[in-house]
Amino acid sequence: MSKREAEGCPQKNVIDHDVRDHLSSPVIKAFKVFQQELDTKHDKYERLVKISRDITIESKRTIFLLHRVTSVPDVEDVLKEADGKLDGVRQKIGQIANELRGEDLYQFHRAFTPGMQEYVEAVSFQHYIRHRSLISLEEINARLVFMKMEKADSKDSLEALPLGAQVVTFQVMPSDYLLGVADLTGELMRLCISSVGNGDIDTPFQLSQFLRQIHDGFSYIGNTGPYEVSKKLHTLRQSLGKVEDACYTLRVRGSEIPKHMLADVFSSRTALIDPEEGVV
Amino acid sequence: MSVTEMFSYIQCFLSADQDIREDIRKVVQVLEQTAREILTVLQSVHQPSGFKEIPNKCSKARELFCTVNTQLADLKTKFPVEQYYRFHEHWRFVLQRLTFLSAFVVYLETESLVTREEVTQILGIEVERERGFHLDVEDYLAGVLIMASELSRLAVNSVTAGDYTRPLRISNFINELDSGFRLLNLKNDPLRKRYDGLKYDVKKIEEVVYDLSIRGLAKEPEGDK
Repeated sequence: MSKREAEGCPQKNVIDHDVRDHLSSPVIKAFKVFQQELDTKHDKYERLVKISRDITIESKRTIFLLHRVTSVPDVEDVLKEADGKLDGVRQKIGQIANELRGEDLYQFHRAFTPGMQEYVEAVSFQHYIRHRSLISLEEINARLVFMKMEKADSKDSLEALPLGAQVVTFQVMPSDYLLGVADLTGELMRLCISSVGNGDIDTPFQLSQFLRQIHDGFSYIGNTGPYEVSKKLHTLRQSLGKVEDACYTLRVRGSEIPKHMLADVFSSRTALIDPEEGVV
Repeated sequence: MSVTEMFSYIQCFLSADQDIREDIRKVVQVLEQTAREILTVLQSVHQPSGFKEIPNKCSKARELFCTVNTQLADLKTKFPVEQYYRFHEHWRFVLQRLTFLSAFVVYLETESLVTREEVTQILGIEVERERGFHLDVEDYLAGVLIMASELSRLAVNSVTAGDYTRPLRISNFINELDSGFRLLNLKNDPLRKRYDGLKYDVKKIEEVVYDLSIRGLAKEPEGDK
């Protein structure tokens, strides 16, 4: 902040002089109020950006954790651990909700949208692994209800908010949900490839079907959505292509060998050779 | 909920959103038209003959602000009031213009800086976000900065028209404005960019004042009085 001040006004002594001159003038008084108002707003924005970054990092870690499901014997353990991590993320979202109490959600949307997208990605990824279906917006929002913990950071009496007493909720915006789901497809593609590597021949087909549904959904929305959607649609197509190719390969090789032996072929292949071999 | 259902739910939301935006755009277009009319009225103060008619022009502009009032009231009905910032971009520009215009009118009338409260009164909107359609502080400041460049132009033209004292008054006013803006810690945003232009306005007015004072013109009317 001080650095900015310094570069903003090179003639330091002139200001001091000026300020002293009109210190009591109505204009200066008004600008002091604006200064406070803007600083409060910028501070809040920065705090939100910071929380959002933390959410992004934790969500990314959760996703990495979830990718291990292909290689561990007990899927449930991983999912439980992911649950724990996601609870931590939700705590942070609770902080965002706290900051935004009495504020216009959209005024600060840009500060926390990356974090929310990442959270949607993580939570929907976990949901898919567990239930093999797409988590709905309501299901996500239903888990974002927080009890207000501490009253420590009640700053200005401006937002004392007598009515919002105990429960704070946070609503994921549909656009954030949409973008998060678009990111999810990339993770699903990775999951598909690595499960092929592990000789799992059912998951790729399930995934390709699921991805196709999502792709159809995005095509249905088309360009009515936010601008970023069209960019992500391109990546989605690439992911879908990769998954479909993998399924194609599985099918072709599968036709050469009797069905009941296919699993053996894949698992022995991956055991012997580089797992990447199975992908191509 | 199946994937298809989920997406059609989102699609409903998106098309509702677009409908609202469409409505807002229509109203904002009308509003921009009125703002341009007010600007045309006020632009004539730059003409030599316009200086005598300043009170006249101001009252004309104020009449037009009544139209703005009703149009803004119309705009308010187009979207849920708590979602102001969701659609803010649509009227941000025109609201800054209108702030500028009302600030200009008030300056011409009283030679003082319009307060945020006065602007909201002229436009028929609220000051505080909690109470409805309001004027964002950044938009207010942006409007004031637009006025600053208009005033630097006015200083030049008033000299042309033979009014030698006005530039001095404008210079004082702009200097005060400048020191006000220096109190703000601006982020690297559009407002900051616009503020960076203020120094050129200050410089221009100072040049005018300099030209007047080395020729002894600045003092002449004082002698007249």
